[in-house]
Amino acid sequence: METNTDFTLAIENLTVSFDGFKAVDDLNLYIDENELHVVIGPNGAGKTTVLDLICGKTKSTSGSIKFLNKELTKMAEHEIVRSGVGRKFQTPSIYENLSVFENLEVSYPYGRSVVGSLFFKRNDKVINKIMEIADQIQLASQLETEAGLLSHGQKQWLEIGMLLIQDPKLLMLDEPVAGMSVKEREQTADLLRSISKGRSVLVIEHDMEFVARIADKVTVLHQGKILAAGDMDKVQADPKVIEVYLGH
Amino acid sequence: MQFIYEKLLGGKQGAVGFFILAALILIVLPLFLDMFRLNLVGKYLTYAFAAVSIVLLWGYGGTLSLGQGIFFGLGGYAMAMFLKLEASSPENTAIQSTPGIPDFMDWNQLTELPWFWLPFHSLTLTIILILVVPAAFAYLIGAAMFKRRVGGVYFAIITQVIAVILTVLIVGQQGFTGGINGITDLRTLNGWDITTDSAKLIFYFLNAFLLLGVIIVGRFILTSKVGSLLLAMKDKEDRVRFSGYDVANFKIFIFCIAAVIAAIGGAMFTLQVGFMSPSFVGIVPSIEMVIFAAIGGRMSLIGAVYGTLLINFSRTMFSESFPELWLFLMGGLFIGVVMFFPNGLAGIWQSYGHYITRYFAFADKFFPKEKTNLPQLNTKES
Repeated sequence: METNTDFTLAIENLTVSFDGFKAVDDLNLYIDENELHVVIGPNGAGKTTVLDLICGKTKSTSGSIKFLNKELTKMAEHEIVRSGVGRKFQTPSIYENLSVFENLEVSYPYGRSVVGSLFFKRNDKVINKIMEIADQIQLASQLETEAGLLSHGQKQWLEIGMLLIQDPKLLMLDEPVAGMSVKEREQTADLLRSISKGRSVLVIEHDMEFVARIADKVTVLHQGKILAAGDMDKVQADPKVIEVYLGH
Repeated sequence: MQFIYEKLLGGKQGAVGFFILAALILIVLPLFLDMFRLNLVGKYLTYAFAAVSIVLLWGYGGTLSLGQGIFFGLGGYAMAMFLKLEASSPENTAIQSTPGIPDFMDWNQLTELPWFWLPFHSLTLTIILILVVPAAFAYLIGAAMFKRRVGGVYFAIITQVIAVILTVLIVGQQGFTGGINGITDLRTLNGWDITTDSAKLIFYFLNAFLLLGVIIVGRFILTSKVGSLLLAMKDKEDRVRFSGYDVANFKIFIFCIAAVIAAIGGAMFTLQVGFMSPSFVGIVPSIEMVIFAAIGGRMSLIGAVYGTLLINFSRTMFSESFPELWLFLMGGLFIGVVMFFPNGLAGIWQSYGHYITRYFAFADKFFPKEKTNLPQLNTKES
């Protein structure tokens, strides 16, 4: 089916099976422009797999993923990134041996070919952008710190910053507040609200309080299928969701 | 000026280290060693090219190649083929049943020069091939492996296997390659006798300058964004990939650069030693090259040169007195360095080098810093 949509991301009939086990089963998911969408669900529901499929880390068995009406399922990982999809991993993935500044510089979306990187110059434009992002993620005072020395929460923010500097149209975050203190969670929620302006954000999260604070729309995933979708109040009142989360 | 100082020499400590090395190999050693010993050092310095290439590929690229002998050999053989053709002029080989072809071909009943020898009639073409063939071969291996995300131990083993295959091929195809004896009896380069002391001295200096040039090129690569990316890939390859980079291309690039550097060393080896044989291609020399780099410090281009010199000097000294003990000694040295100095000789320089660099305070004045609002870059190179 070759249909164009107004959605930023349109996932249709997406299935992936690992040796017959369907981790994601006939999934349909749509994300609007400027929407902050949260996917929740019990362990093993297939949440991370959905992100892996979108960013190309895992190849789908069937179905389609359209990002701004561009089919992603056949593209290589770096092409997907270059088309405007950023993804944060569950455990902070930063370059521990590089400084905060270098972490952001390496992520700056220019000079991505071998020759381009060889002759990449650190000009004022790059520096200003890095400063701007560092301000946003509250690491402006630690630009020269080796990233490995940051606290867990700061590492998470740094990785978010590394994505922001690429100005993606779709930002995907896998459990961004896992392991954070209460205060850090609040700050992260504010950060997410501010960065979701002008782009769509897809978040995977367990912490219901945090979800309630940030989400425009929530999808509940269970055994690779959608159990419920809608705004937070509607989803929380859904008897099927209550059963999956509280039953057994 | 600032560009040269920061980017090519690696700041003050890097520049001082570089000039000490340059002074050692360009002034001190030629002054104090007789021609025989200096020629030996020249030979060691050709291995240093391979060691430097391993620093780039393994230390920074995170990809251990146990087959740098392949590229050292390709460079060496290319140079040897040119010299052999020149030595096999019809007048020199008039007693053969087919004059004008290398002697070993004649012994193996070949009556015609094989096609792949033809380009080696020209010195220009030979020099081009010394650079292009290893790069192309490395590209093929690299593309086949890195695009399929083969790396780590598998890459090391496969490069080692290729080194073995190449050795077997060279030994087996005696008529085309000179077999186990290699290509020997090389005398002149465009009519210039390369066996004289003056020629050896010139090659020594050519070799030394090329080595210093290679180190500067290496520095340029490592201080560019490619250097940061290589370190980043070593740490979190997926993060680099999902930041929009085609990771495989960067690995292929550094593998090709490493291949070309090793090949230049091989070509200089042939010129200075006067022959090339399969014993410089296989597993043992390839692993020795890794040991040179590890002893020198796998994160240091300059350290690799010292590592090579140290090991080879000790080898010469000890194998003159205790030939049977040498291998044990080298093994012991390797284990000792890995256990007590994981950063090799370069680690010692990093810890104590400031005692020396402080006498070179004028270096910073010589290259005045431009006023910039750039945060200072921590160069990782020593």
